[in-house]
Amino acid sequence: MRILFTLLVKEFKQIFRNRMLLPLMFVLPVVQMILLTYAASLEMKGIRMAVVDQDHSQASRLLVSRFQGSPFFEMNLATSDYLEALSELTSDKVDVILHMQHGFEKKLYAEKETSLQLVVNAINTTEAGLINSYCTRIVNDYNGQIRAEWFVSDGAGMMKTLDIIPKYWYNPLLDYKIYMFSGILVIIVTLIGMLLTALNLVREKEMGTTEQINVTPIRKYQFLLAKLLPFMIIALFELAFGLVLGRLLFGLPMVGSLGLLFLFTCIYLLVVLGIGLFLSTISQTQQQLMFMAFFFMITFMLMSGIFTPADSMPPWAQKINLLNPVAYFMKVIRMILLKGSGFGDITREFYSLCIYATLILTLAITNYRKTT
Amino acid sequence: MSLIIDHIDKSFGALKALDQIDFEVRDGELFGLIGPDGAGKSTLFRIMASLLIPEAGRCTMHGYDVVKDYREVRKIIGYMPGRFSLYMDLTVEENLAFYARVFGTTVTENYDLIRDVYEQIAPFKKRLAGKLSGGMKQKLALSCALIHRPQILLLDEPTTGVDAVSRREFWEMLKGIQKQGICTVVSTPYMDEAEMCDRVAMIQKGKLLDISDPSRPAPEEAPLLYSLKSNKGVYAYLDQIRNMEACKHAWLFGDQLHVTLRTEEGAVEMRALIESWGDPSITWKAIRPSIEDRFMGLMEHGSESQLTNGEQI
Repeated sequence: MRILFTLLVKEFKQIFRNRMLLPLMFVLPVVQMILLTYAASLEMKGIRMAVVDQDHSQASRLLVSRFQGSPFFEMNLATSDYLEALSELTSDKVDVILHMQHGFEKKLYAEKETSLQLVVNAINTTEAGLINSYCTRIVNDYNGQIRAEWFVSDGAGMMKTLDIIPKYWYNPLLDYKIYMFSGILVIIVTLIGMLLTALNLVREKEMGTTEQINVTPIRKYQFLLAKLLPFMIIALFELAFGLVLGRLLFGLPMVGSLGLLFLFTCIYLLVVLGIGLFLSTISQTQQQLMFMAFFFMITFMLMSGIFTPADSMPPWAQKINLLNPVAYFMKVIRMILLKGSGFGDITREFYSLCIYATLILTLAITNYRKTT
Repeated sequence: MSLIIDHIDKSFGALKALDQIDFEVRDGELFGLIGPDGAGKSTLFRIMASLLIPEAGRCTMHGYDVVKDYREVRKIIGYMPGRFSLYMDLTVEENLAFYARVFGTTVTENYDLIRDVYEQIAPFKKRLAGKLSGGMKQKLALSCALIHRPQILLLDEPTTGVDAVSRREFWEMLKGIQKQGICTVVSTPYMDEAEMCDRVAMIQKGKLLDISDPSRPAPEEAPLLYSLKSNKGVYAYLDQIRNMEACKHAWLFGDQLHVTLRTEEGAVEMRALIESWGDPSITWKAIRPSIEDRFMGLMEHGSESQLTNGEQI
C-alpha cells in the first residue's frame, strides 16, 4: 500500500506538472464537444437547387414554390435550358437539379400521372441521400395536395389516403446534437484511457526510467496499477465534466441512472486501458505507439456507430464489431442517457466487456513481464 | 566475499557479450571494471543488478543469487545505470524522497550516508532533475542509489560525460562511501580513474583480460617499457618505431610514445634509431607500466587488429 500510494502521488505530480497535457485534457474535449456536436450534423440546410422549368405551367410553378418555401433549399438558378443547369451541377455551383419537361401539367391532368427528373450530385453519398429524401418528401406533399384538390373538385367527398405521422421515441425532436454529443463523450473517454496511458508507459521506457524502477522493491502489479489508476480517474472525471457541459449547453437528457453509466464506464475503461497497456508493451517509442493507437482508434471509432448505425453494417462487419469496445460503449451510453435503460437491458454488453477486460488485461500484463 | 561472479556467459543473438566472466569482490572493496565501449561492462552490470539473466554461470550478492533471490538482491544493492534514469520532471528532492519511500525509509534516516554527496546539490533541491548539469545529475543519481543504505553499490560509468573537476569530486565521494563500509563496483572507460580503485578488472570483447591491483607494486621485471617525448611531437616517429625489429608494440600515450620491446637487448637498436633522427629535444626512459600500459599490452595480445583501436583509448 505504501509503495502504491507513493507511486500514485508521483504519477499525479507528473501529470499535473505537465504544462501541456493538463490544459489539453480539458480544453480540447470542450472544443471537440462544442465544435463537433454542432458541426457533425446530419441536417442539411441551404441545399443549392437549379430549377429547369420547361413547362411554365401553374402545376410546375406550384411545385417550385413548395421548394422555395422549404428552409432547406435555396434557388440558385431558374432556367429552361437543361444543359445550362447541368453545367452548373458539374462545376459544383448547385447540388441538385429539378427538371420538369414541357407537358408536365398537361400530362398530370390528362393521365392523372406525370414525371419529373431529379439530378443529384452524389460525390458525397450521405449528402445525396439526404437531398433525395428531402426532395421526395416535398414532392409527396405536393402529390397529396393535388389529389386532395381533385377529390374536392370531383365532389367525391373526403380524401382517403394513408397518412403516416411518425413519432420519434427517445429523441422526439430528432435532435441530432444530443445523439452526437453522447458519441463524442465516448471518443474523449476512450482517447484518454487508451492513448494517454499507453503514451505515459512508453515514455518511461523511452526515458530509461524503468531501468531504475526495476531494481527497487516495486512489484510489477503496483507499477502498472499506479499507471492505470490515474488515467482511469481522469477519464471518469472527464465523463462527469462532459455530462455537465452537455446538460448546460445542449440540454442533454439523462433519463437513466448515472450510477449505472459510471459503473459501465469503469468496466469499459478497464478494457481500453488494457488495450493501451498492450500497445505500450509492443512498441518501443512513442512514435510507434502513436501510429498503432491511431489505427485502432480510427477503426474502432468509425465502426462504433458514431455516425452511421452499427446495425446497418454487413454481418461480417458486425462480427468484427464484437471486438470493438467502442461499439459497446457507444450503444450503452445512448441507451442509458436517452432511453433510460436499466441494468437488465445492458447485461449482454456489461458481461461481454467484463470478459473482454479480463482477457486483454491478462494478455497485456503477461506481455509486459516478458519485455522487461 | 560481497560479490561472486562465477563463469558468466551472455549472448545477444550471434554476439557473445560476456564470455566466462569470473571474479570476486571483497567486502568493502572499491572495485573497478575497465574496458572500451562495447566491452560488455553494462551487460555485466545489468546481470549484477538482476535486470538480465545470464545464460550460464552464477552471480551472487552477499550470498543471494541474482536470478533466484532477485527480490532480496534488489533490497541490498544500489544501482546507478549508465544512462540517467531518474524522473526529469520531478525535482531533486522529490526524486530522492520517492526512492527513499519506495524502499521504506526516509531521507532523514539515512542522511548521514548521502550528506557529502547531497550537500553539493542541496542548493538546487527545488530544481527539476532534467534541468541539472551532467555532474549534478550524477550526484543526484548517486544519492538516490544510496538512500536505502545498500550493502553493494553498482555504478555503471558514473563519470561518462562529466567534466574533469566533477569527475575528481565524484571519485573522492566514492572513497568516502567506501569508508562507510559499502562495497562498490564501478566501471569506467577512463584509465586514470581506474588507478583510484583497490583492484581493477579489465574487460574487452566480453572477456576478462586481467585483474590488477594498482596499489601493489608491479613484479620486478626487466625494463621493457619505454616512454619517448619530444618537443616536436612524437607522432611522426610512430611508424619508424613500429617498424623496428625489437619493437613488440608502440602506441601514443598523451604527448608521449610508449614502446614495449621484445627483449632487453632491443634497447640498443632503439638507441641507434633515436640517435639517427638527430632530434636534440627527444628524451626517453624506461618506465613502470601503468594500468593503461598493461591494458594496451593485454589488448594487443588478444588480437592484432586491436592496434588502431588501442590508440584511441
